[in-house]
Amino acid sequence: MNKNYNFAFLDEGSKREIRRSILKAVAIPGYQVPFGSRELPIGRGWGTGGIQLTLSLIGKDDVLKVIDQGSDESVNAVNIKKFVGLCTDVKTTTKTQEATLIQTRHRIPEIPMTNDQILVLQVPLPEPLRIVEPREEITKKMHAETDYAPIWLQLYESIIKYKKVTIASEYPCMVEGRYIMNPSPIPKFDNEKLHNSECLYLFGAGREKKIYAIPPHTRVTSLAFDDVPFEKESFKGKKCPLCGNENTYLDELFDSITGEVFYQCSDTSYCKEVQERCI
Amino acid sequence: MAYVAVSGGKEAIEESIKLLDFYRSGTKIDIDLTAIENKMSLLVDRVMSEAGLYSKTYAALALKQCEGSVEEAVFLLRAYRSTLTRNYYTNEVNTDNMRITRRISAAFKDIMGGQILGATYDYTHRLINFEIENEDSEKLFDEIKKKLKNEEPEIIEPCSRVSNELKREGLIDTFEADNTSPYDITENMLEFPCLRSARLQTLSRADTGFISGLAYSSLRGFGQVHPTVGELRCGYIELEVPYLFDNSESIYIGEILITEVECFTEADAGDKLKLAVGYGAVFGRNENKAIAMSVLDRELENKGGNPTQNEEFVLMHGDSLEMNGFISHLKLPHYVTFQSKLDAVRKTRGDENE
Amino acid sequence: MYLIDTPVLKINNLTVRYGDGCSSCQENLEKNRCTACGTVWACNDVSLEVFPGEVLGIVGESGSGKSTLMKSLYFDIEPANGSALLKEYKNGTKNIWESSGSQQRLIKNSIMGMVYQNPILGLRMDYSSAANIAEKIISAGNRNAGQMTERAIELLDAVEIMTSRMAEAPKNFSGGMQQRVQISKALANNPSLLLLDEVTTGLDLSVQAKVLDLIRRIKAKYGISILLVSHDLAVIRMLADRTIVMLDGKIIESGLTDQILEDPQHAYTQQLVHSLI
Repeated sequence: MNKNYNFAFLDEGSKREIRRSILKAVAIPGYQVPFGSRELPIGRGWGTGGIQLTLSLIGKDDVLKVIDQGSDESVNAVNIKKFVGLCTDVKTTTKTQEATLIQTRHRIPEIPMTNDQILVLQVPLPEPLRIVEPREEITKKMHAETDYAPIWLQLYESIIKYKKVTIASEYPCMVEGRYIMNPSPIPKFDNEKLHNSECLYLFGAGREKKIYAIPPHTRVTSLAFDDVPFEKESFKGKKCPLCGNENTYLDELFDSITGEVFYQCSDTSYCKEVQERCI
Repeated sequence: MAYVAVSGGKEAIEESIKLLDFYRSGTKIDIDLTAIENKMSLLVDRVMSEAGLYSKTYAALALKQCEGSVEEAVFLLRAYRSTLTRNYYTNEVNTDNMRITRRISAAFKDIMGGQILGATYDYTHRLINFEIENEDSEKLFDEIKKKLKNEEPEIIEPCSRVSNELKREGLIDTFEADNTSPYDITENMLEFPCLRSARLQTLSRADTGFISGLAYSSLRGFGQVHPTVGELRCGYIELEVPYLFDNSESIYIGEILITEVECFTEADAGDKLKLAVGYGAVFGRNENKAIAMSVLDRELENKGGNPTQNEEFVLMHGDSLEMNGFISHLKLPHYVTFQSKLDAVRKTRGDENE
Repeated sequence: MYLIDTPVLKINNLTVRYGDGCSSCQENLEKNRCTACGTVWACNDVSLEVFPGEVLGIVGESGSGKSTLMKSLYFDIEPANGSALLKEYKNGTKNIWESSGSQQRLIKNSIMGMVYQNPILGLRMDYSSAANIAEKIISAGNRNAGQMTERAIELLDAVEIMTSRMAEAPKNFSGGMQQRVQISKALANNPSLLLLDEVTTGLDLSVQAKVLDLIRRIKAKYGISILLVSHDLAVIRMLADRTIVMLDGKIIESGLTDQILEDPQHAYTQQLVHSLI
């Protein structure tokens, strides 16, 4: 651990302030709490929101897992783990079940998480209404007055044009029937994991300076018209050649030599687990 | 064909960092920090201004570390700030007392206190001086030192502002002093509509290119403002902090160099006109940035359809770390979300995941 | 044909001014501007009623205050003074200008429908016409896409727009068609009051005639009350049951349209009527 920096990099006052914002977020599920986001040695847009949450919560006894696109090996995950390691000395793991704190970009692990785990998600654009209204001043009022018609309109227009809702990831969700939130760029496949979970989900947007949360056992529904049900991504007829799974989110890859297309589990540690158990 | 999980991220990063050393290894000649501070001081000033951290040595160090990239150096300084405890807040500085090194006004031919040209590239001919390649730095250093040794500095009294004269005439509004604490943008998210203190801080730290471009667009017609530089002053201001055991006393902790600009524009005052003032202040000798800041300060007072009159547009997109961070983040893997988009596109064509 | 008892809309003492006003404003008015302090009284103590099923015409030139009146009703401008009571809103007991933001949205969505002279103000030009109508239905709480589409088709049909065009955006429509989409949107949630602000001004005469005819049929079919603003007496004559004449922010004459046209009392009204040949 680098002794030039405070434990977990940020000064204690900042960590306390961030924790207060987290508590407020947990008390109002789905509501974006503005906070004084601090600058870090890692770029804005590269996970500073998630990292600030992790740094404010992490203690000497925590076990940290960091993934990006579902993988522990991804450059970005490795980089973040390295940074946290530099200023904490905390134990790290690649096994989801062993971790107390998991920071992730763009995926929720396949293994359901437990009540003593926290999942920290990195968020680039926290505002779900940004696609219909560029001004923060207006979107803030829209949330306050539950003025959500414009985003429903987006869904409707998509149905008129394409017979389907074409929003891909960052699919808007309604939390406890009150706030619409952006679940971060997780695929639609992962949205249902937010509903009635055992674990705490925290969302951090460093550049946009917002924190929000989904506490355990919270009602989270992806926006859908009554007669046009929510559809997640499908991988019909595909399975992972490494572990044989047909029910996970798959990455589409091209062989670097032959150019042939194949599919593999996005959640690499889960894939490894299944392989080990199978054999 | 063997299917393997894609791996190697950790090693790739390590090799990448070694490669950066390679880029800095082309010569045995080292760059001394004092050389950067003294011979590249305008570069250092720009970094300090965008970082919002006044420390010539650390700015020079940061520039040395990252091959002279302004964006990276600003990043290093801002990150460093986050690990430091905030010990004191200085007392308000009255820039009337600035120790002036340069002071001009485009509004009047001559002004009280005089036009002091000072050091500027404005009137140099931009002809490359090939002699500089083999400059004898030691000789330059000794010559200047010798020159200064035998001279008595002429005292420049702090002078009254140009705008004071116009206030006396009633052409510029006067206001009661407002001593509310400024909104601290380093500890709070910007909220709209913005307080002026938040606006000025944001502009002062903004990327120089961004706000210069915006100010330029305003001057060219995408805005209402074609101002006159009422006064530009460059000089040293003294910083004091309250004495711990007696608030009425204060301790001098040092001086910093800033550039301050007041620009004037005609503005509506009911059935007549008045002059309104735009204010700019930045660390270091960043003159164009200070002028651009003052232009945008004025522009943002007016509501209208031009980009420079849109508060959120101007204030949300000028921060170096945020802008560069978000743009560069596009280089991060996005294949999970891209897969989702592929799925959506393919679904509208009736072929699922084919 | 309609109950005369309870008005659908009752406006009392509506005042909209630009400037703070002074003690001598009312005595020093030149047109609608106070010569002493420069305050412009765009609407000066205006009161009116609209009854169920009737068309109330408001006629006046630019600067008369008729547009200001409409804008105030639709919450685009905040009045300095006055009250407006809607029968469908809390049974006419609460001044709409004192209600909250979300209540105002509710009123705009379900109780009043507005058609602007410039369709850009009333439509989302880049969304399909069906989506424009659906927006209203969504705002009223409906979450069934099929029902919304059915209703959109029904309404577009009522304004004679072919179902095949429902997926097209209004930006590609002619002026007259855009107005018809606006009208269908305004009717989406069966409002009790329709506000029409110079809706045919600027359209070709033949197109004007078509739109006016449509409005007449809508009035007959839905029994809806209409507040019809126009500078054109011919339009008023064609549609309005009663008429109000506005000049410099004040109502100078009101009565049955026929009466106003045949026997105008005020000099200004006489001028207007005589120019109508």
